[in-house]
Amino acid sequence: MLGNFPMLSTLIALPALGALACLFLGDRAARWTALVTTLATFALGCVMWARFDVAGPVWQFVERAPIVGQFYWAMGIDGISLMLIMLSVFLMPICIGASWNSITERVGLYMASFLFMEALMIGVFAAQDLILFYIFFEAGLIPMYLIIGIWGGANRIYASYKFFLYTLLGSVLMLVAMIWMIYAAGTADIPTLMHSDFPVAAQRWLWLAFFASFAVKMPMWPVHTWLPDAHVQAPTAGSVILAGVLLKMGGYGFLRFSIPMFPDASADFMWLIFALSAVAVIYTSLVALVQSDMKKLIAYSSVAHMAIVTAGLFAFNQQGIEGALIVMLSHGLVSGALFLCVGVIYDRLHTREIARYGGLSNNMPGYALLFLFFTMASIGLPATSGFVGEFLSLIGIYEASSWVAFLCATGIILGAGYMLWLYRRIAFGSAAGEDTLSMRDLSLREWLLLTPIAAVVLWMGVYPEPFLAPMRRDATAIAARMANAKPAGDAHYRAASSRPTPSSHEAAPGSAH
Amino acid sequence: MNSAEILLILPELTLTIGGLILLMVAAFAGDRVAELTNAFAAMVLALALGLLLQGHVAAGPIFSGSIRIDAFANFAKILIYGAAIISLLLAPRFFAREGYRSEYPILILFAALGMSIMVSAHDLMTLYVGLELNSLAAYVLASMSRNDSRAAEAGLKYFVLGALASGILLFGMSLIYGFTGSTNFSGIALGFAGAGKLGVLVGVIFVLTGLGFKVSAVPFHMWTPDVYEGAPTPVTAFFASAPKVASVALLVRVCIEAFGGAMADWQQIIAFLSMASMLWGAFGAIGQRNIKRLLAYSSIANVGFMLMGLASGSAAGIAAVLSYLLVYVVMTLGSFLAVLQMRKADGEMVEDIAALGGLWRQRPALALALAIFMFSLAGIPPLFGFWPKLLVFSAAIGVGLIPLAVVGAIASVIGAFYYLRVIKVMLFDPPSGVEFPVSGGWMERGVMGLAAAYVSIFGFVLVGPLAHATHHAASALL
Repeated sequence: MLGNFPMLSTLIALPALGALACLFLGDRAARWTALVTTLATFALGCVMWARFDVAGPVWQFVERAPIVGQFYWAMGIDGISLMLIMLSVFLMPICIGASWNSITERVGLYMASFLFMEALMIGVFAAQDLILFYIFFEAGLIPMYLIIGIWGGANRIYASYKFFLYTLLGSVLMLVAMIWMIYAAGTADIPTLMHSDFPVAAQRWLWLAFFASFAVKMPMWPVHTWLPDAHVQAPTAGSVILAGVLLKMGGYGFLRFSIPMFPDASADFMWLIFALSAVAVIYTSLVALVQSDMKKLIAYSSVAHMAIVTAGLFAFNQQGIEGALIVMLSHGLVSGALFLCVGVIYDRLHTREIARYGGLSNNMPGYALLFLFFTMASIGLPATSGFVGEFLSLIGIYEASSWVAFLCATGIILGAGYMLWLYRRIAFGSAAGEDTLSMRDLSLREWLLLTPIAAVVLWMGVYPEPFLAPMRRDATAIAARMANAKPAGDAHYRAASSRPTPSSHEAAPGSAH
Repeated sequence: MNSAEILLILPELTLTIGGLILLMVAAFAGDRVAELTNAFAAMVLALALGLLLQGHVAAGPIFSGSIRIDAFANFAKILIYGAAIISLLLAPRFFAREGYRSEYPILILFAALGMSIMVSAHDLMTLYVGLELNSLAAYVLASMSRNDSRAAEAGLKYFVLGALASGILLFGMSLIYGFTGSTNFSGIALGFAGAGKLGVLVGVIFVLTGLGFKVSAVPFHMWTPDVYEGAPTPVTAFFASAPKVASVALLVRVCIEAFGGAMADWQQIIAFLSMASMLWGAFGAIGQRNIKRLLAYSSIANVGFMLMGLASGSAAGIAAVLSYLLVYVVMTLGSFLAVLQMRKADGEMVEDIAALGGLWRQRPALALALAIFMFSLAGIPPLFGFWPKLLVFSAAIGVGLIPLAVVGAIASVIGAFYYLRVIKVMLFDPPSGVEFPVSGGWMERGVMGLAAAYVSIFGFVLVGPLAHATHHAASALL
């Protein structure tokens, strides 16, 4: 096929070189360079998706070059990585477009930060070496710190510190655990480690160290408090990339490290994840209900959605894991789009206060239409991507624990409540003032930003198979890895008499499509 | 003694003879030839560096067992000479306002000679001679600006506390000699077996205390912020780089070669010094308003991380310490080169961190370089400052010192806070109103640029040769 073409290294090098170039360019040239680079990266990503062989080896596009000792430049992707890389490269040109007019200061550095961020995100999902993964994972703090700190809102400095230090504290503990693992297993190769069996006592400590990092990144209740601050203060594109991709690194980490590397500890701590997730779904949804700031509301809704992801992952069955993956992709698109929608009206009125808007369906019908669509996708209406993900996750969670499924479903009802209420206050009723009434509808640039996301959300909602197919085998492998360790779910008390447990793992995904 | 042994110490001989000749020249020609003396001193150091790079090593101790010329010593000497050359090159421009004096390059030469002897010492007496030669030169250097009361205070404080440390060190040495019957490192290592446990242990504690002063490990660090703040900036840059290398290398050699038999004892002490330095270096820096004081606390914290590598006592740990020293010297010299450019139009130096506000707008390259050094000192990947931190963590975890590694990890997060503050002030804050219109000379900008390039991504490209050199050097000790 492509022979030895280093596809993943090229995908990382392209935005990295673009970032270097942007540092030295003027405003206008930096914008265009960034746009062209991200579009080229996206095109290359599409080529990679097309070349990805669903029936082929688990790890594809593998590269492995020694650097020093046990430290390798090791790259390779499975289906999960592929989809998350696609999400990153898809959102990136949109982020650049969203910043086209709103960023007027130090444009070169801004664009460089975003391109650098893109290279690091691809690196996180493609790295096959523990240390390499850590470098990419942690390096993302620097551009995000700059994006929030330089181009953020009034309280940006507090938010940037909180973001940086919170995430750093989580990750350094993970680094200590990683080094221990490299000594114990004698390798830093992630695919090998995914099949290593560490002693159960050690697994618990390692799991907790990784949990410290991923729980903050995810973010899970109660370490989610950095997220609303970071979101509110970040510029629109910063919020999009934060919600769209950075949060997914937490879920990816659980899926790639915590669950397959420490299956026994994962089963032991299932109660912890379930408890935190159930609290998060209900609590953050209630908090979202009372927000007066649009961005904060969507930020809290992100925490709630991510809680469904963690619960789905730790249900340890195929539906739960596949559902969680689709929720991750869907939330990446939908919350990104919602932040863009907020950005659109923020650019016009320069406030995020919900009370300052109203009746936008009169003077901004196009905007009202798209905003409604994304609101429905966030709620999880059938025919949108949100439905597929949440439905599958809830099936999976129900199989593991009906109580947790009950609580998570409550969160979804609350989600419908706060999103519909938000929409009502913004789009319906009467305008809050003259300035609100005089706001113009979407410009061509804004249409171009929002419609591709809407198309993909619809595609994923109507026919999710192309997105699920590459990931199905990986999800099966993880479910199989957990088969011995996981506790029996309460739903099996009745099911066990009529049908054997394993067959139920196969039935549901097919029926859901 | 034979001619082969003389050849092995050619770099030291070069420094001695060069230093003496320049001393005579300066004594008769005075400060008129200061710039010339400076250039010649740099050349002498470069010549010594060139001789070192030939890589001649002796299999065992030479000069009746008092000196070792091995790969470990050579690695440290390369760093010391390199740092000394840079300290020479950046000095004339700084001292131009008050008049540059010939003593500065000559003192640097003798300090470098003293440090050379320190890292090669294989006998307590050689160790002490080298240490004192370096220290005496350093006391004078600290108060180089005679009219500055802060510099005088720094010199005096450095002298009094340094003398105290030397006294403690000598006392420890006498105990060691008394209980093991030798001042030679090999003899001490042999004597450990038969010696009375308690007496030797007290000796070890006193020696480590004395050396702890020299590396400025907590709780023996109190002089560091005051001296770093008071001394002229090029001298501070020198103090933070070359003597740090020499004293850490000396500490490593003493612990491994002389006290190798009592590893379980000194390991606890070093681990404590390491923890205390990392934590206090991080906490102490939070309240600092002066960039030089901030860098002083940063050096204390970094010494803590280096001691973590030593505490592991393994070859990997020693190699990690050496890697750390190299990257630390590059980051520190780079930071001080940036600080040296914080000059007002009339040449007055500004040391207040708040004055850096909005630096990005007037001097983007300077702000970017300083930001790179700060992120790198904080140990955030992909900057190269992350790599030696990873190596020392790895060495500590490899021998089971997991609590030490966890403390180090937490300390690095606390440390990140104050490094971030410098970046915040430069990049996020509104302009402070202080103008830095004078761009640095080619030296300041060029070397700073090279250092920034090294600690950004290029360090990783060269990580293979670095690992090879440090492991080779570490294997000379163990």
